[in-house]
Amino acid sequence: MKAYFTYFKLKFISGLQYRSAAWAGIATQFFFGFVYVMIYIAFYDSGGENLPMNIHQVITYLWLNQSLLALVNQFSKDQELFKMVKDGTISYELARPKNLYFMWYFKVLGQRLSNVVLRFFPLILVTSLLPKPYTFGGPSSLFNFLLFLISLTIGTLLVTALTVLYPIITLTTMSEKGIVNIMISIADILSGLVVPIPFFPLFLQKISKFLPFQYISDLPFRIYVGNVDILFGIHGIFIQTIWFIIIVFFGFSLMKKNLKRVVVQGG
Amino acid sequence: MSFIEVKQISKTFRVAKKKSGLKEAIKSFFKREYLIVKAVEDVSFSIDEGEIVGYIGPNGAGKSTTIKILSGILNPDFGECKIAGMTPWKERVKYVKNIGVVFGQKSQLWWDIPAEDTFDLLRDIYEIPEEEYQSTKNDLIKKLNLEDIINIPVRQLSLGQRMRCEIAASLLHNPKILFLDEPTIGLDAVSKQLVRDFIKRLNHEKHTTIILTSHDMSDITTLAKRIILIGNGKVLYDGSLKKLKDQYETETTVYVKTKDKLDIRKKGILKKSKTKDGYQLLVQTKELSISKLLPLLSRKIEIEDIEIENESIDQIIVKLYEDYQI
Repeated sequence: MKAYFTYFKLKFISGLQYRSAAWAGIATQFFFGFVYVMIYIAFYDSGGENLPMNIHQVITYLWLNQSLLALVNQFSKDQELFKMVKDGTISYELARPKNLYFMWYFKVLGQRLSNVVLRFFPLILVTSLLPKPYTFGGPSSLFNFLLFLISLTIGTLLVTALTVLYPIITLTTMSEKGIVNIMISIADILSGLVVPIPFFPLFLQKISKFLPFQYISDLPFRIYVGNVDILFGIHGIFIQTIWFIIIVFFGFSLMKKNLKRVVVQGG
Repeated sequence: MSFIEVKQISKTFRVAKKKSGLKEAIKSFFKREYLIVKAVEDVSFSIDEGEIVGYIGPNGAGKSTTIKILSGILNPDFGECKIAGMTPWKERVKYVKNIGVVFGQKSQLWWDIPAEDTFDLLRDIYEIPEEEYQSTKNDLIKKLNLEDIINIPVRQLSLGQRMRCEIAASLLHNPKILFLDEPTIGLDAVSKQLVRDFIKRLNHEKHTTIILTSHDMSDITTLAKRIILIGNGKVLYDGSLKKLKDQYETETTVYVKTKDKLDIRKKGILKKSKTKDGYQLLVQTKELSISKLLPLLSRKIEIEDIEIENESIDQIIVKLYEDYQI
């Protein structure tokens, strides 16, 4: 267990070294945040009816989305793992007396947390000082906030399990381009990273109910802004946990299967 | 039963065949043709504890594949293998505690952080007790001359410095077997020498069994008494290096510096040619040994200087590859 934690720690430390990447990320997320916020303000001003969230909830949701993007998105894949599969450095990982799945899992988790730590605080700080209606608002209640923390934690564990799945699939496909990239794009849309789930057409909302993606970030964000009632939130956390277990189990067995016929590339 | 026992191991890879050109690329999009490549075929050998074995063969012969099978990374299609009583690919996690691997073309050190941090990670992975870890680490630092480089981020190290750290990283857990896959690739003469001396010492002091692949034959000659030659996936020669040398080292070139005119005709002298300040003789040593040639020469001419050039081991290997048509 200690070994996995050291993996996490090392990845976390090395991730913190990329400060200019963090500043660039903050700038990008500010920019995109503002674009999204202004689109929704224009949308609400033009007088839409039967909207699933009020304007303050939407804007807080959007800022949460931007400031935690490094934690909850799937498109910024862990390049190191793909590189490892593609150039054969995986040989070294296989020569270690530890389970490769969990080594990778904790690497990805460390990477994600170090990325978000550098980006999160500046964004939240600045956006909560913005004038209304642009401002990032507080949680709808203390209990919502606690529930948000729990479901964000499980959401993080879930998205990590999903992210580890992609290099495992690459063990068969040899390259992450193609099917893996398509999967990632679909997964990100269904996570609510582009448009929050409540704004989805009804049929798509029904579909995504049966998929794990909306439990990554959409659920915790909606708990935070108070868009769902407490009971729905607790129910959601329950489903989140089940998805987490399923995905870890799936990734673990897929890796076991793929390693039996692994081919080490590059001599 | 030997320490390492490999019996009739075979492994094939399926490689997609693609001809060049746009038309072929489109065709292969719909219908793929595959080529079955036999990476290793029916490979058997056994190695005793404490041996150093040089595993040689041309590019693509199956050296690395064998190493990867022996270190539990790849599953062979057929065959058996028992190392220290375990089958590497079946009991991988338990087995790999006993081995260290160095892949010269890959890196196990973390790029962004100093090598020492990677060492600490390995301590936790192999669950090495702190005391043992410290003493092994300090020993390796001393022997591989790492004091000044261990705290620098790995990305700033030279190749030779990095390779020394790589070797240290593979030995922190005191493995019984060490697999070295081209450990001196791209190193300068000094670093090569240091690495070789270190490997020799390791084998001597800790009785570590070492399997070494290299294209640099001087690595093999300085380290290994026994070699296994592999070509096209098959074992072609398994035995001492000396025997191989005797068998193949049959011709010697002798340069004689003299002002006299040399008129010599004897069985065993294959070729005689004039050079700027003397003669060059090609001698078949089985027919005419050098010790017999020398008095013969000195009787006929005044020798100012003489130079005897043995065939280098590289030339022997080239011949060997030619003989086996690999």
